Amino acid sequence: MLSFALRRFALAALILLVAVTLMFLMIRAVPGDPVQIMLGPRATPELQARLTAELALDQPIWRQLVIFYGNMLQGDLGTDVFSGRSVTQIVFQQLPFTLELIFASIIWSAALGILLGAYAAAHPNTVIDRTVAVLSVSFVAAPAFVVALLSLLLFAVHLQWFPAIGVGDGFWDRLDHLVLPAFAIGLSWVGYIARLVRASMLEVLGENHIRTARAFGLAERRIVMVYALRIAILPVVTVIGVGMGFLLSAAVFAEIVFARPGLGKLVIDSITTRNYPIVMGSVLISTGLFVVSTALADLINAWLDPRARTST
Amino acid sequence: MTDATIEKPRSELGIILTGVARNPLGLMGLIIVGAIVFSAIFAAWIVPYDPIAMNIQDRMQGPSASHWLGTDQLGRDTLSRVIMGGQVALKVALPAVFGAMVIGLTLGMIAGYGPKWLDNMLMLLFDTIRSFPTVMFALAVVALVGPSLQTVVFVVMATSIPTYGRVARTQTLTLRNSEFILAERSMGASMARILGVHMLPNIIGVLAVLAAMDIPTVIALEAGLSFLGLGVKPPTPSWGALLKDGYALIRQTPWLVVGGGLPIIIATLGFTFLGESLRDVVDPKLRKNR
Repeated sequence: MLSFALRRFALAALILLVAVTLMFLMIRAVPGDPVQIMLGPRATPELQARLTAELALDQPIWRQLVIFYGNMLQGDLGTDVFSGRSVTQIVFQQLPFTLELIFASIIWSAALGILLGAYAAAHPNTVIDRTVAVLSVSFVAAPAFVVALLSLLLFAVHLQWFPAIGVGDGFWDRLDHLVLPAFAIGLSWVGYIARLVRASMLEVLGENHIRTARAFGLAERRIVMVYALRIAILPVVTVIGVGMGFLLSAAVFAEIVFARPGLGKLVIDSITTRNYPIVMGSVLISTGLFVVSTALADLINAWLDPRARTST
Repeated sequence: MTDATIEKPRSELGIILTGVARNPLGLMGLIIVGAIVFSAIFAAWIVPYDPIAMNIQDRMQGPSASHWLGTDQLGRDTLSRVIMGGQVALKVALPAVFGAMVIGLTLGMIAGYGPKWLDNMLMLLFDTIRSFPTVMFALAVVALVGPSLQTVVFVVMATSIPTYGRVARTQTLTLRNSEFILAERSMGASMARILGVHMLPNIIGVLAVLAAMDIPTVIALEAGLSFLGLGVKPPTPSWGALLKDGYALIRQTPWLVVGGGLPIIIATLGFTFLGESLRDVVDPKLRKNR
């Protein structure tokens, strides 16, 4: 287990290294003077000179790359050209809003998806099972930002059940503001998780210990909801870890649609003001988040299921 | 003249399409996708109005007999823009998915058949690209090179090559030691011949299914970027651009949000249904993995 964990984290570190390199090359591959592009029209000679020194642009390219790595390792993603604050600080200030939204989305969609999937598996080929099957395919297909817009229109503008914009103050108000964005992000996950749980549940229900439980005359509901479900939800853990990237992507749109602060809003605002250090910093931090969560999901999976340790 | 009475052997495509159509969801997918492709090809003849012609007098009108889906803030007919938007969506999705499939297939087969170090390198590259959250990656690229149709196509290709590459690699790995490939090799067939003539037909089906399921993701990404004002440039009608206009004036022109949003959902549903039933017909084994 330990050797698997070490190997997995080494791979994650390697991936991050390559990702940072790709990012670096991408910035350099853009034609034109990077300082000019980063600063845009407001480039004064002093600012240009400062940024050139900061990015070590007067050095050969391999030294630039080494300096770039060094800065990354120290958590230095550069400086905001406007305020002069560190990019890391700015990004981490916005990150909690995005994480809050992502977790709210996972929690409700996983809970509902697991319930639907378990129910469908316990009653295979009934009307409910088929309905869940069709609904889950349809939900999977719904892009989060379209759901966000349509639910904004229906529930916030038309019916006025929920607030349209912002994050709110105090616990209940915050929760109230979370409902619609979390609904929009989570909807496609409900279907996905329901299908996943249904499939793994059907497999588990055919296993020996379930047959034994049946032979002992345990109530069917108890067998399904306690003994089988405990095993059948394992794949959900992995899927959520691997799905972090999709969740982050969906959160970007939800934040824009519902005018919430967060990583997505930060990036979009920075693109409009051509504040590249912040864009790049956010992309790198969200990539790091994604890489770590994928690695963690793999580890949890390996811990729960020893067979997974030998692959990769 | 007895030949005429003998039934022609059904083509493979025919068998697959019949299989898909037998499934109610598959049939629905076929119909939806067919309708979208049809309206995209003949968009120029179907549209009731010029999709980019402004008509300030009729601006922000609700749905009516003359404008079924109303007009936007510049008096442009929403229905015409929706129909034209379908064309734009396919113009981005088809080349992007096709390009990604071809490149991914090539790289994947090389990774699966070539030397181990090359395999490792390609896999590391694939894993890295997959570790960028798609939208974040797209935003980074747009920030660097500016928004355009080509940028969207590039981003989509770059982010989905690894998926095709991985599947093609796995398939190649399982095939490379099968008897018919060993026989070819012992007869001295070149690597290009083995990969192109013998492996390709065995891999392409799975990838085609993957591509069909990928199209909705691409359509959504294009619409999403256009919604953010970072995709297709105005005044080109795109579903995402419709949503952007509708969002800005959501209280005055809600029909724009519906008009831009529903086609995306319907198109996504159509392609997903089609892809799912295509998968069941082409390769029932894949079913378990989802």
